[in-house]
Amino acid sequence: MSQPEATISRGRLVARRFLRQRLALAGVAFLALLFALAYLSPLLTSWQYDQLDTAAFLTPPSFGHWFGTTQNGFDVFALTMRGMQKSLVIGLLGALISTGLAAVVGAFAGYFGGWLNTTLVGLIDLLLVLPGFLIIAILSPAFHGHTWLIFVLLLAAFQWMITARIVRGMTLSLKEREFVHAARFMGVPGSRIIFRHILPNMASLLIIDATVNVSSLILAEVGLSFFGFGVQPPDVSLGTLIGDYSGSALTFPWQFYFPAGFLIALVLAINLIGDGLRDALDPNAGAEVS
Amino acid sequence: MARFLLRRFAYLLVLVVIATSVAYLLAATQLNPRSRYEGRNPAPPAAVVDAALDAINMNDRTPLSERFGRWVGGVVRGDFGRTIDNTPVNDEFGRRVLVSLRLLLIGTVFGTLLGVAAGAFGAVHQYRWSDRVLTLFSFVTLSIPVVVMAVLFKNAGIELNNLLGFTGDTKLLYTTGEMTPGLDAWSWDGIVNRLSHLVLPSLVLAVGAIAFYGRYQRNAMLDVLGSDFLRTARAKGLRRAQALIKHGLRTALIPMATFFAYQFALLFVGATFTEKIFGWHGMGEYFVDSVTKNDVNSVAAVTLFVAILVLIAGFLADVAYALLDPRVRV
Repeated sequence: MSQPEATISRGRLVARRFLRQRLALAGVAFLALLFALAYLSPLLTSWQYDQLDTAAFLTPPSFGHWFGTTQNGFDVFALTMRGMQKSLVIGLLGALISTGLAAVVGAFAGYFGGWLNTTLVGLIDLLLVLPGFLIIAILSPAFHGHTWLIFVLLLAAFQWMITARIVRGMTLSLKEREFVHAARFMGVPGSRIIFRHILPNMASLLIIDATVNVSSLILAEVGLSFFGFGVQPPDVSLGTLIGDYSGSALTFPWQFYFPAGFLIALVLAINLIGDGLRDALDPNAGAEVS
Repeated sequence: MARFLLRRFAYLLVLVVIATSVAYLLAATQLNPRSRYEGRNPAPPAAVVDAALDAINMNDRTPLSERFGRWVGGVVRGDFGRTIDNTPVNDEFGRRVLVSLRLLLIGTVFGTLLGVAAGAFGAVHQYRWSDRVLTLFSFVTLSIPVVVMAVLFKNAGIELNNLLGFTGDTKLLYTTGEMTPGLDAWSWDGIVNRLSHLVLPSLVLAVGAIAFYGRYQRNAMLDVLGSDFLRTARAKGLRRAQALIKHGLRTALIPMATFFAYQFALLFVGATFTEKIFGWHGMGEYFVDSVTKNDVNSVAAVTLFVAILVLIAGFLADVAYALLDPRVRV
């Protein structure tokens, strides 16, 4: 059933197509750099994100504080790097959960049909109708003082529905294909067919979806945290930093422009990778590669 | 057919009812309207607070089922209850929807038209420098969150005012609110004042729309450009521009119909970040304020409103599809 030869050559083909795109490669390099910077930053500077410098309030960028300090004497570089760590984790983890959920729900609804399909489609429709931003905002007092993982789960919970619909549609057509029939007549149970035969056949869609989700989840986090509905103090994220310091962008610009600049760079890098992946995995869509 | 439509309608109605009830119950259990009276000095007597909360049906000492029943009773009669400030939710809606519309209409329409035009232009001129500039613009803009974009435009506006010497009360570009209070809304001065309030938020909305549609329309148009029917249109004697617009652009617009429909419906929901940052008191601001002010009835009403608009948008998307795509027409 599985053909190792063919899979390797397809993988190589995709890799070759991806490597041909300079912008996407630049995105990968840039993302790796930001990743390394975010996690190695504690080694680069002596200031921690929750550490006050009582000798420097609202000082512009200098040797001691590369990105300056805030009103309370926090180091903006340390804050930005900490925020970027949070954004990266939220984006990657949330995208994994969201795409995984979409794949499982969509495939099960499409493959098994019947009452399971009715229930899951109803759930998808309901979550599409509910304004996710508002619901997460209402629930935000409930995760005060709790782990931010709950916040990631909530973000992912309102992100997966449209992909699940697409997966369901693809499953409906895939389940009539010969190889699925063959597996079924051999007595392979449904859930195994889904994970072994159906989902691998939409790997391209799922990979692209996960990449797109990373950047949209990072942006969603920023939007919610801007209003105080997201990551809660004393922890910081790029969203809370942008929310806290947008008011002083004119007078003390370093507090706002450094976190905002890193956020844009991060999202841009991920979008470039996503676009490159789309072209490499699905060369017919968009006709981008000539 | 009638039976199918009826069943479909019943299904959508059930969705709206469940969504709104979930939002009400979540808001009623998670939000704390009582906190409004806590920490006041002097502390109001408990009986007064209870009476005030009872008047707006937000007393957490009343059983949840009773509060929910009272709220449902009102909603069925078209009364969405009272806000936390003890004003009718219905009045609040009427005012705010119009504010959002006045804010969004110009920016969104311009942005969408320009975006579609730019996308189609980019596709026709694929890989020329104009296409590359447009693609780069879309890419960078789509990576900038609206919050940051709005703050950037607001600060640029303030800088421009200072640069050109508008440091007094009269500004070239205003950055807060809909118009300067005290002006007659329909006098010449009033209209000019309104417009100079509109410029910056409209730019924020338009730039976002141009980037979004520029990108998607370009891809949709590229899919169409190599197609056989376009060649046929040229072969039967249509001029290039005619063929591109009548056959190419029209076909490439079909996949965009969904976006247009949702965008039209969302005009009424408002733009949360733009409204908040530029101080417009529209629906987008209501969206956030209802949660921060622990305004349970407003949260439920906003959810109902958004749910209905999303469903209407879905319906509009189908209609637009049918209008644009002759294959769907019955």
